[in-house]
Parts: sequence; C-alpha cells; structure tokens
Amino acid sequence: MEDKVRIGVYICHCGTNIAGTVDVSEIAEFIRGLPSVVVAKDYMYMCSDPGQNMIKEDIQQLGLNRVVVASCSPMLHEHTFRQAVQDAGLNPYLFEMANIREHASWVTKDPKLATDKAKALVSAAVRRVYYQEPLEVKEVSVTPSVLVVGGGIAGIQAALEVANAGHKVYLVEREPSIGGHMAQFDKTFPTLDCASCIFTPLLSAVGQNPNIELMTYSEVEEFSGYIGNFKAKIRKKARYIDEDKCNGCLVCVEKCPWKAVSEFDEGLVERKAIYTPFAQAVPNIPVIDTEHCVYFSKGTCRACEKFCGPKAIDFEQQDKEVEVEVGAVILATGYDAFDPSVITDYGYGRYDNVITALQFERMCNASGPTDGRIVLKDGSEPKSIAIIHCVGSRDKNYHEYCSRVCCMYSLKYSHLIKEKVEDAEVYQFYIDMRCFGKGYEEFYERVSNEGVDFIRGKVGEVTDRATTEEEQGKLVVVAEDSLMSAMLRVPVDMVVLSTALEARSDAEAVARLFNISRSADGFFLERHPKLDPVATTTDGTFVVGCAQGPKDIPDAVAQASAAAARVLAMISKGKVEIEAATAVIDEELCSACKICNLLCPYSAITFDEEKEVSQVNEALCKGCGVCVAACPSSAITGKHFTTEQIMAEIEGVLA
Amino acid sequence: MSFEPKIVAFLCNWCSYRGADLAGTSRMKSPPNVRPIRVMCSGRVEPSFIMKAFEAGADGVLILGCHPGDCHYMEGNYQTMRRIALLKNMLSQLGVEDERLRLEWVSASEGGRFVSITNEMTEQVRNLGPFSHRNGGSNG
Repeated sequence: MEDKVRIGVYICHCGTNIAGTVDVSEIAEFIRGLPSVVVAKDYMYMCSDPGQNMIKEDIQQLGLNRVVVASCSPMLHEHTFRQAVQDAGLNPYLFEMANIREHASWVTKDPKLATDKAKALVSAAVRRVYYQEPLEVKEVSVTPSVLVVGGGIAGIQAALEVANAGHKVYLVEREPSIGGHMAQFDKTFPTLDCASCIFTPLLSAVGQNPNIELMTYSEVEEFSGYIGNFKAKIRKKARYIDEDKCNGCLVCVEKCPWKAVSEFDEGLVERKAIYTPFAQAVPNIPVIDTEHCVYFSKGTCRACEKFCGPKAIDFEQQDKEVEVEVGAVILATGYDAFDPSVITDYGYGRYDNVITALQFERMCNASGPTDGRIVLKDGSEPKSIAIIHCVGSRDKNYHEYCSRVCCMYSLKYSHLIKEKVEDAEVYQFYIDMRCFGKGYEEFYERVSNEGVDFIRGKVGEVTDRATTEEEQGKLVVVAEDSLMSAMLRVPVDMVVLSTALEARSDAEAVARLFNISRSADGFFLERHPKLDPVATTTDGTFVVGCAQGPKDIPDAVAQASAAAARVLAMISKGKVEIEAATAVIDEELCSACKICNLLCPYSAITFDEEKEVSQVNEALCKGCGVCVAACPSSAITGKHFTTEQIMAEIEGVLA
Repeated sequence: MSFEPKIVAFLCNWCSYRGADLAGTSRMKSPPNVRPIRVMCSGRVEPSFIMKAFEAGADGVLILGCHPGDCHYMEGNYQTMRRIALLKNMLSQLGVEDERLRLEWVSASEGGRFVSITNEMTEQVRNLGPFSHRNGGSNG
C-alpha cells in the first residue's frame, strides 16, 4: 500500500434515533482501539453542516485517507458523505458507511444487543475501508432526447414540458389515440371543469408540437443501455391505413358495416371495425380492428377501401419496428380499473343497472353513448341511485390500499345526478370520506348540502329479491349503517360501483422491460417515497402518474412536471456520471474459458480472439459482480466489492 | 444462558437491503443476531464467502436476493440459486447441517418478510446449537 492507512470514524447520534438505544461513546471508545484508526468521534448529526465539516477538517488536519461514518442507511446519505470527503480532497470510494440505525438501533429495544451489533457493523466497515481503493468516476454524454411511455395526462404533461424546452420527445402510446383515462371523463373534481375543455387543447398541442414524435398504436418491445444512452425498439402496429395519405375524413368509419364493443365507452355501445376511439382522437387516423373486420376473417367487404377518397386503406400494411436513442425514459403507463364482477355479491354483470364508475362517467359525458343522459338499460331515467365506495379498495380480499380518488369522483357523480335528474335520490355508501386535496373538503361540504344521503357502512349485497312492495322491480342495497348500528335495505333503480384503481395487468412485464421494481401493491416503485418520488432505482428511468400508485389529476401532472425537470437537468448538464464500481479482467489470469461472456446479462463482456482473453466494456457493465463470483481463475475483480474487501467485512461483522 | 447464534446475511443492494431498511424504518423488531453485508447482487456471493463466514465464527448464513424475475440485474439471482444448490450439496458432505445455509427472496417492500425470515433462521440455528468447524459441523 502506497501510504500508511489512516482511518477516521464518525458515529452519529441521529438525535435519539441511534443514541437512544446504542451507546455511541462506547462504540467510539472501542473503535479507537482498532488498527489504523487515527480518530473516532461521536456527534449529534453527522449529516449536518458542522458534522460534515468535522470530517473535512480531520481529513486535512490529521491526514486521514479513509473515512467511515456510522449512521443511517447508505441509501439515504452515502452520497452526502462521499461528496463531503471528495470536497476535502479524498477519493469518494475511500469512504464507507455502517448502517447502525435501520440495522441496529431500530431493530431492538435492548441497548446491549443494539450496541453489540452496532460495534460489529462499525468494525466491519473499518476493516473493509482499509482495503478500499480510489476509483475514477467516468462521465458519459447524454443523448438529448426522451422516451415517454403512455399518453394519458401524465405522459402528455411530461412530453409537453420536455418538448417545450426544445428537446426531442418520442411519445409512445399503445392505443390508437393519446388521451388515456382522462379523455373518458366528463367533469373533473372539485372545480367541475369540463375534462375535454381542459384536455383537448393538450391533445392537439402534442399532435402539433414539432419536437414530439408521436407513436400511437405502438409498444416498446426492447429496451437497453444505461443512463444518458438508452436504446428502445418500438413496434408500430399496422393500422392498415397509410398515415401520410389519410385526411381524417372518417368516411370509412361511416361506411363500415361491422361492429365491435367500444372499449373507450366501457362496453356501453358498439363501435365500427374501423374506428378512432373518440371524436377528438389524436392522431385523427382510424385503425382496422382485424378481429372484427370481415375482410380479415372472410376475405370480402373492403367497403372502407371503396369509399376512401385519398386511397389510404392498405390491407397489406405490416407492423414496423423503429429504433430510437434516448437519454432518459419517463414511464406514464397509468392504471387499470378494478373489475368488480369478482365481487359477486354486488351483482355486476348479473344486473343490468349495476354499472362501474367509468361506465357512469361515459354516460354523464355529453359526447358519450347517451349524449350525457343518465339512463337505465331500458332507456328510462333512474329516480334513485346508490353509489358504493371502496369497491376493490381498502379490502383485504382485493386491494388493501385506498385508491385516493373514489370519494371525490363519487361526490362529483352525486352532484351530476342532482344536476341532470330532477328530484333524484342519491345514496353514498362509504367507509370514511377522504377529501384531502385543495378545495376537496369544500366540495364535500357543497355536495352534502345538495340533498345527498351519506350512509357510513360497507355494502354486503345488491339484490333484486324484493321483500316488500316498495322493493318490487328495484335493486336493493343491503348494508349496515355503522353510525346507527342498524341493518338497512335501500331500494334503488341504479347502482354505481366506485371501483379501485389497480396496477396495469402487464405491469410486471413492463417493470422487467425497463428494469425497475414494483411495490407490494403492484405499482412501480419510486426510488424514495418522500425525497425521490419520481425516480426509480434505475438511473435515468422515471415513473409518473398512476403507474406509480393511484392519484388524482393534479398529483399526476405535478409528478410529470417533476420528472420532466429532472430529465431536462440531465440534458442541460450534458453529462452524467456512470458506475465506477465495474468489473475488470486481469488478462494475465484469464484462461479464455468464456464462462463470464455467457453469464453477463448486459453483454458487457466480449472475447478478444487475438489476445485470447475476455474483456469488459465498462460503459455497459453495471457492476453486479455475477462474473466475478463465477470466474474459475479469479481473474475478475469487482471494483469496490473486491473479494478482499468482502472477506474483511465478514471477519468484521463476526468479530 | 441460552446460546445466541451469529448469522451473516448477504443482502442484495436493490431488493433485500432495502427490505431490511424498511423493516428498520417501520420499527419492526428483528433479531440483532443477523449481521448484514451488502453486495450489489446476490449473484456476487461466492461460495468462498460462505465458507469464510463459517470459518470466522458464523453459526448460520443467509443469502437474500430479489425475487426470481425481479432481479435488478435481470438474472443474477438465478445464478445464485444454482450456485447455492451446488454448495449445499458440498456442505452436506462435510457434515454441515442444511439449515445453516438459507437462500430466500425479499423485495424492497417486504420489510415484514425480512423480519419473519430472520426470526425463523435465528430460531432454526439456535436449535442446532453452535457451529464448530473443527469437527466438521456439530454432528460431524
């Protein structure tokens, strides 16, 4: 070793979080006795400015060349302290952290056990840091373009923010049009803005923005690379329409004799086999649904082709693969609505007039299947409507979490019913009213004064079995009023189920494609729930909107703008730092067995035929260490996780 | 005084270390017998690390990684699975009880699972008694 190793160890009290259980001065005393330790101090808050300055001064005055901080998890402050030692002129990889909070003071109330464990963890860090070596952090340039996946409100907001700053955006949407769930909505709570009035201008802004390359009816198939330098392969599914020729007149749709259930209208009506999902679709170019088009199943018809003026119909069109290079990706893949047919007691799918929240939303929408009229299956107007909250949410059988928007949209429905149907009775069956946002409590107050019945209690059953004359021909909502401790039977004409928001059914596959994690509820996991809510553990990959968890429009928009700001910061800096802790192969020791070549999940190891040795491409290596562990000749070193360092740590935790 | 085993736990950086952090942050109580060592991926854990741990005084070794299919490095945990199966074979020939080495999956959101696995492992190893490498396992 070039210089004599001089280690400084700093033990944080974290207020009483650590010092309340762990005897910090005992640890400092113990550590002072370890070889190469020059100084060991304890201090109230190591992460504070005075704490960091203490380290910096000691590095300079005592000539420290290794630093250990024993405090919280490295997930929280490793970066802080690496920066501090670097400021004092020490290579950041000569720093090591011992986690004596999450892993010691918080795991037991017994001061002796906590102190013993903390001692072991600090002494392991001291032994490990002895062998740590300076590493060079490399910088790579950032491709100044962004991939946004999902064209709902969150994806649109993120795309527009980045594009308006002058950078290229590839916006990929699976459906034939952008818009997502928000395009289905009628009014938005609590202001009752008309959703299309505020949203349609955004849709056309996306369509017209020269910086946004919109790829609808497309999906990302492959994704590779690393922060600043990702590659995506996108499959543009065949629409069977030549997009350059189509003028959006939609005569083809009018002439098409074949029908299918409309997804956009939640199955309430039918659409044609050639269709755009809704009138304001962007792009306004139809697609042919080959499953329902008779030409594709039987080889005859071609009515659309006959009537198409610009000759844009192309039955021979094939899927296209497009490759793009981007510096970052923003995932805004949204949510699925919970399917309430699994709760058989509520009768969805069995009773015509039990409908979901989104079906009701479409019904209320002036451009929806009923022109905005609230009607029963037979076309008549309901005189009484029950709205059941928390269908699939806050329920251990389905989703434990609260879907956060259902209370508010249920209040909105109450208001719309009162507005559209004279003298209608509205019953809200709720567990708790959660109206937490700006102006939400006021909206609750307003709707409460509009003559809506609020019944606190979970609904047990919706049935058509009448027990009294009044119940004849009605749907009876059977529930417990938990404020009155009474069982109720409420006869109504229509039941609306406030269905949960759940993770997309293919969220697992998407998480795998982009190499990010999911939380226990199935939604994408953010890097930190409070301090880093839009980043993920994969650098350069961000999650926004309901893909990260149920949320309302204001929160989705705020997240989208936040992610856009992060991406723009990367682009304006032009460079990002990449992993320094990569693998390196000692060519002298490599026996050319090529085991590592096959193991590397990133194809970062290639074989040099001339030299007959394997070599690591450091830009591609992510430092997982799989090859290091597998090399039979011990020719590979995993930087910052060397065998020597880990062996020393093992001895330390057991000392 | 009852025997308190020492258990070395290799935790992957992305799932299990964060799961252990979450258990701590949520103030769930877990056995202080477990001594965590962070590796980037469970696939970095060499058989020699495990042998070293037993040699240096561990009574049990835990390896925790991301759930199959959820590995941050795509498939590192599958390599671990194969490697540990082979090592277990060898350890049994050396007379080391199977229960002293355990591979499990704990995700970043599974603080509770981290606690229950570490509790089980501690109990299991406590019942086996101290590991003695000089005679090749306590029953060797």
